[in-house]
Amino acid sequence: MTPLLSVQGLSKRYGAHIGCADVSFDLYPGEVMGIVGESGSGKSTLLNCMAGHLAPDTGQVVFDTRADGPQDTVTMSEPARRMLSRTDWAFVHQHARDGLRMGVSAGGNVGERLMAVGARHYGDIRGKATDWLERVEIDAARVDDRPTTFSGGMQQRLQIARNLVTGPRLVFMDEPTGGLDVSVQARLLDLLRGLVRDMGLSAIIVTHDLAVVRLLADRLMVMKSGHVVEAGLTDQVLDDPQHPYSQLLVSSVLQV
Amino acid sequence: MIELNDVSKTFTLHNQGSAVIEVFNDVSFRVAAGECVALTGASGAGKSTLMRMIYGNYLAQNGEIRIGDVDLVQAAPREVIQLRRDVLGYVSQFLRVVPRVSTLDVVAEPLRMVGVAADQAEIRARALLAQLNIPERLWSLSPTTFSGGEQQRVNIARGFAHNYPAMLLDEPTASLDAANREVVLSLIEDAKARGAAIIGIFHDEAARARVCDREIDVACFVPGVAA
Amino acid sequence: MTDQAYNFAYLDEQTKRMIRRAILKGLAIPGYQVPFASREMPMPYGWGTGGVQVSAAVLTPADTFKVIDQGADDTTNAVSIRTFFERVAAVKTTTVTADATVIQTRHRIPEEPLTEGQILVYQVPIPEPLRFLEPRESETRKMHSLEEYGLMHVKLYEDISRHGHIATSYAYPVNVEGRYVMDPSPIPKFDNPKLNDMAAIQLFGAGREQRIYALPPYTQVVSLDFDDHPFEASKANHCCGLCGSADSYLDEVIVDDAGGRMFVCSDTDYCEARQAAGYKGKDAA
Repeated sequence: MTPLLSVQGLSKRYGAHIGCADVSFDLYPGEVMGIVGESGSGKSTLLNCMAGHLAPDTGQVVFDTRADGPQDTVTMSEPARRMLSRTDWAFVHQHARDGLRMGVSAGGNVGERLMAVGARHYGDIRGKATDWLERVEIDAARVDDRPTTFSGGMQQRLQIARNLVTGPRLVFMDEPTGGLDVSVQARLLDLLRGLVRDMGLSAIIVTHDLAVVRLLADRLMVMKSGHVVEAGLTDQVLDDPQHPYSQLLVSSVLQV
Repeated sequence: MIELNDVSKTFTLHNQGSAVIEVFNDVSFRVAAGECVALTGASGAGKSTLMRMIYGNYLAQNGEIRIGDVDLVQAAPREVIQLRRDVLGYVSQFLRVVPRVSTLDVVAEPLRMVGVAADQAEIRARALLAQLNIPERLWSLSPTTFSGGEQQRVNIARGFAHNYPAMLLDEPTASLDAANREVVLSLIEDAKARGAAIIGIFHDEAARARVCDREIDVACFVPGVAA
Repeated sequence: MTDQAYNFAYLDEQTKRMIRRAILKGLAIPGYQVPFASREMPMPYGWGTGGVQVSAAVLTPADTFKVIDQGADDTTNAVSIRTFFERVAAVKTTTVTADATVIQTRHRIPEEPLTEGQILVYQVPIPEPLRFLEPRESETRKMHSLEEYGLMHVKLYEDISRHGHIATSYAYPVNVEGRYVMDPSPIPKFDNPKLNDMAAIQLFGAGREQRIYALPPYTQVVSLDFDDHPFEASKANHCCGLCGSADSYLDEVIVDDAGGRMFVCSDTDYCEARQAAGYKGKDAA
């Protein structure tokens, strides 16, 4: 089986400071991988390098493209990479306003990716947008409202709909539940789990919330100071952590 | 079906003076298809720890734990995930679910994961919940608000939804009344009859005597405690 | 007679050369916005400084110059720009479309089809069609270079969702030769079809934004739309009150304090020519 994403020796430095160092792993279709670590551990740098937002210093990010099989997205042309990022890839930002067009209606936000890949039938675009609003539990009657009138949880769900409408195969998520209150988080996690299963999505989720990875992620990487210190099955890493830092991280969580 | 060879396990507590706790040495046994084996030993002897190792939840330091043709000690995460989805079931003592998901969906999920159609999975889930005497009015609710006994039964229904060839049962009859205990024991007997290899922990001696073919005392694997 | 204090057509020769280079590059890459070093002109931004610089760079002493503002030769803006070039370039001026070799326009394309050898110079306030949805210049440039134009349709989508139809009635975005998406300046969308396959050279100058773009003769220009909401070149559903034309773009004029109104051609030269030829509208005296 070909990995959907194969990361090899990925490193990124900021001058003398290490962003992430020599990260390698394979992600297979349908797998959800969590990346945890404290603030500044390099998990967001790693995510941005993989998603093409940052250029890594060394290493490969090989994606199994539909048309041409495995391709290194670091060295592929920018048009090809940007095409990937609006078709097969999706990126869910921590802050919905980074991932939404706040001056455009909910329907326009969801429809943008469709129009970006050539959809030119208004009725079809609107129909798909409405369908996706319902899938993320937003009342279809809100299709013409701007996201500025939405609550934080709704904005985040709208961002997810906007990302998933083109049927991507790989979703990058940066703290998708950060900044939401607990009940809203639970609803979002439930939604994400359902979408991941129903669409057979692969996902890489960066978070510092261990409860999020336990619910969503099949696999876990623990990062510290730019290095991956431990990787494995999510429940194995959380229940039987081997590395001193992982043990500290797990034991630091308050029991509820 | 389940085979352990020379398995050992230690916990190293890096943040507590790097204390090393040796848990098991040289664990070796096998469980055949259609066989049910009970793990016994005093409280704290390591029954649940061994069970978790056989599920891949705890990491073994040495040896091999084979479920079918997969060695859990060496397997890549995705192989373990696939094994748990298709082959290896685990009924723990505690229900751990996503909030807000209905009981029916919680029970049907293992079937959905192996590709059973939604309506077929729901039929099976309904049958199991009815068999385990969960009132139908609760099926559409999340089990997070249920009583301990109800959660335990939902957990069992979920664990038995898919016909796993290998199953691990951690106290499946604890905190159940006589009628539900009977249902669970018959589920175990059905599983044996269809050829499942089962490892269980039962404090309930009568239950153990009824469904288990033999017992393994985990104390014999603990270093320094000669069997 | 040129005002001797100024070089021909106000700008110095080096500046005109720089602008001509930008124009040539624009003609070579139809629809592409070429940056240029816009000069301070003796008029405020928004009054056509971009168009004036382009006109200054292309005018020769033999040219005949015409200026229209919203189709009219006799409005303040048109009169002052025409007077400006009479003074600094001493070129002949005209109001007759067919007689002009260079026509500077604000917000209209003349009704009479232009011919080979003519140059139409547009005054452009905001050259970037993607600006209102993507404020970052670095990003819009990248979108142009990679032909990522989905956002342009988002704007039209928003129009339909809000108004039930594409309500954009001027500055209606077009695609040039299947490549660049271009803002045709705030001409009414009624004029959009005239952009396509035009025999004259079309030059666009944005002074404040420092951009020049161009359409060489006979360039394919397509207005963006949806399959189920096709582009329509709309106009007021009336005939000209003065010349009776049913095909020209009309201005609505309030004629008294009682709400009385009439529709007249926005293109004054076209209207006058028709009246001179004997056509009469219902409001004609």
